[in-house]
Amino acid sequence: MAERKERVTCIVCPVGCKIEVSVKDGEVLSVEGNACVRGVEYAKEECTSPKRVLTTLVSVRGGVLPVTSVKTTKPIPKELVSRAQWEISKVTLEAPVPIGKLVLGNLLGTGVDVVATRSVEARKAVGHR
Amino acid sequence: MRRSSAKPSLWVLAVREREADVIVVGGGPAGLAAASSCKEAGLEVLLVEREGSLGGILPQCIHTGFGILETKEDYTGPEFAEMLEKRARDLGVEILLDSYVSRLSQVGGCGASIEVLSPRGVETMRASTLIFSTGCRERNAFEIGITGDRPAGVMTAGTAQALMDLYGLLPGREVVVVGSGDVGLIMSRRFALEGAKVKAVVEITRYPGGLTRNVVQCLEDFGIPMLLSHAVLEVRGRKRVESVVVSEVDEKQGPVPGTESEIECDTLVVAAGLVPEAGLLEKAGAKIDPLTGGPFVNEFLETSLRGVFACGNVLVVNDLVDHAVEQGRLCAMSAKSLIEGTMRRPSAWKRAVPGENVRFVVPHLFSGDRDTVFYSRVRSPMRDCSLSFNEIDKEVRIRAAMPAEMVRVRIEGSLLSGVGEALTFEVRGWPKGKRG
Ligand SMILES: Cc1cc2nc3c(=O)[nH]c(=O)nc-3n(C[C@H](O)[C@H](O)[C@H](O)COP(=O)(O)OP(=O)(O)OC[C@H]3O[C@@H](n4cnc5c(N)ncnc54)[C@H](O)[C@@H]3O)c2cc1C
Ligand code: SF4
Repeated sequence: MAERKERVTCIVCPVGCKIEVSVKDGEVLSVEGNACVRGVEYAKEECTSPKRVLTTLVSVRGGVLPVTSVKTTKPIPKELVSRAQWEISKVTLEAPVPIGKLVLGNLLGTGVDVVATRSVEARKAVGHR
Repeated sequence: MRRSSAKPSLWVLAVREREADVIVVGGGPAGLAAASSCKEAGLEVLLVEREGSLGGILPQCIHTGFGILETKEDYTGPEFAEMLEKRARDLGVEILLDSYVSRLSQVGGCGASIEVLSPRGVETMRASTLIFSTGCRERNAFEIGITGDRPAGVMTAGTAQALMDLYGLLPGREVVVVGSGDVGLIMSRRFALEGAKVKAVVEITRYPGGLTRNVVQCLEDFGIPMLLSHAVLEVRGRKRVESVVVSEVDEKQGPVPGTESEIECDTLVVAAGLVPEAGLLEKAGAKIDPLTGGPFVNEFLETSLRGVFACGNVLVVNDLVDHAVEQGRLCAMSAKSLIEGTMRRPSAWKRAVPGENVRFVVPHLFSGDRDTVFYSRVRSPMRDCSLSFNEIDKEVRIRAAMPAEMVRVRIEGSLLSGVGEALTFEVRGWPKGKRG
């Protein structure tokens, strides 16, 4: 594989250095433009295996709200984000949903779980005694 | 309540009165923190919230980034809100939901009474100390000068966020976002993740308004273009938004003729800034700082109305919930010292004033008798600079100052006591070669 140059913006601190990384065969050859060493680690990871925490919604049946919010318990590989979003959107929970409830285990084989971040109480039945 | 004899279909309005040591108005993070700390300090406290649930805007902010300073952990908004609510409930704070505070008036020389509208009726409540934590509101399309048609599909970011993240409704499929502050960036990512196309984020200044982290993870990750030095001029559409007209702007933020272009979309999301919800305070006679839009306060976070304190976004728009919580706690400590009679106000206050590249400083008044935390923001981004003061020997180095990030500084009482009338906050370039 040919050598490629990638530009990443460091987000470790507000300076936001524009860092240029040369990558060949998944190996980082050089890192330039970082004002401090913390940028090196970040830029390497961002070029070779970027990760993100995904926060999104899951449908809830019979709750006071029709959705609850969820998060991945750890960052997942960035390239899996849209597939993960799709997997998560297939889930429907039954109210009540307690906060922290496991929504999906081992998301797409990443070993990362998806948990509810908002509790949703069950809707009270009206009109029946 | 009783049925009315005159017109049996109506209830007779109940008018009741109540009293407490402290009344907290607004049950967002600042108010919850204030109420819990009051209760812990042994005060009798009543928390009044207009919505049917607590947490303010946090339950609809489903992203992470909350509570990092307070807890050393990275929570989502709803998680952090539930923690604050649980603490208040466990401590036994008395909470009134669905209770809208419609009026505030000062009584006697200290303390205040409020009028509360709720399904219970109209109540008057009095307290020797009152803590205001009503948060902020969003500027809308008309306030930022967008003209044209008024079709459906124009909404603020907060409305879009509530529709999507509380009620599970996608407000539009092709979206233009006005404003690149963190609110606009985060909402762009939410739309993109839920399958809408964000056509552009339009920013009137020359630089992004939000944190670099959010520019990278909310826009670049999703390939959303940002138009810097651009403004939305006009909305077009009959029933629903069909397009918006954008143009470049000059240094004075005026449109540059001939640069107009039309972007097709069905939704315009306005994330053009937040304004403290200080109307009730203002009507009651509190002095308002035009720089923050919130009340003038002293180091106790007491407004110009004695015994009325303010914290959270009604005091100053906070980007970190941790600061709102910290302000809530300080209000509670102040309420305690006021009630116990240990609060010492100086005969003359010293003033904290903004200088070079500083937009505002809060609190506005200090005594110099104790360590004091000040919050400020820079006007424009600056690299390698420092917050410094002519009047005292203190300098805080800042690698990169951005308007999006509040500058928080704690200054020792020993330094503050030496200040004459005023202390000027300035952010200046760090001299080349100087260590620090
Ligand atoms: C989109 C967005 C993203 C954010 N992201 C982050 C982040 O990542 N990390 C972070 O730390 N912070 C973030 N923040 C900031 C944080 O949410 C705020 O600092 C915090 O919510 C301020 O709390 P508050 O209690 O002052 O106000 P609010 O949360 O607004 O609460 C005010 C409360 O007062 C009530 N109220 C108002 N008027 C009345 C009345 N007349 N009578 C009775 N009740 C009333 C309201 O109903 C509300 O419940 C974000 C904010 C937004 C909008
Ligand atoms: S490289 Fe260092 S100075 Fe530059 S943004 Fe990253 S952490 Fe900050």
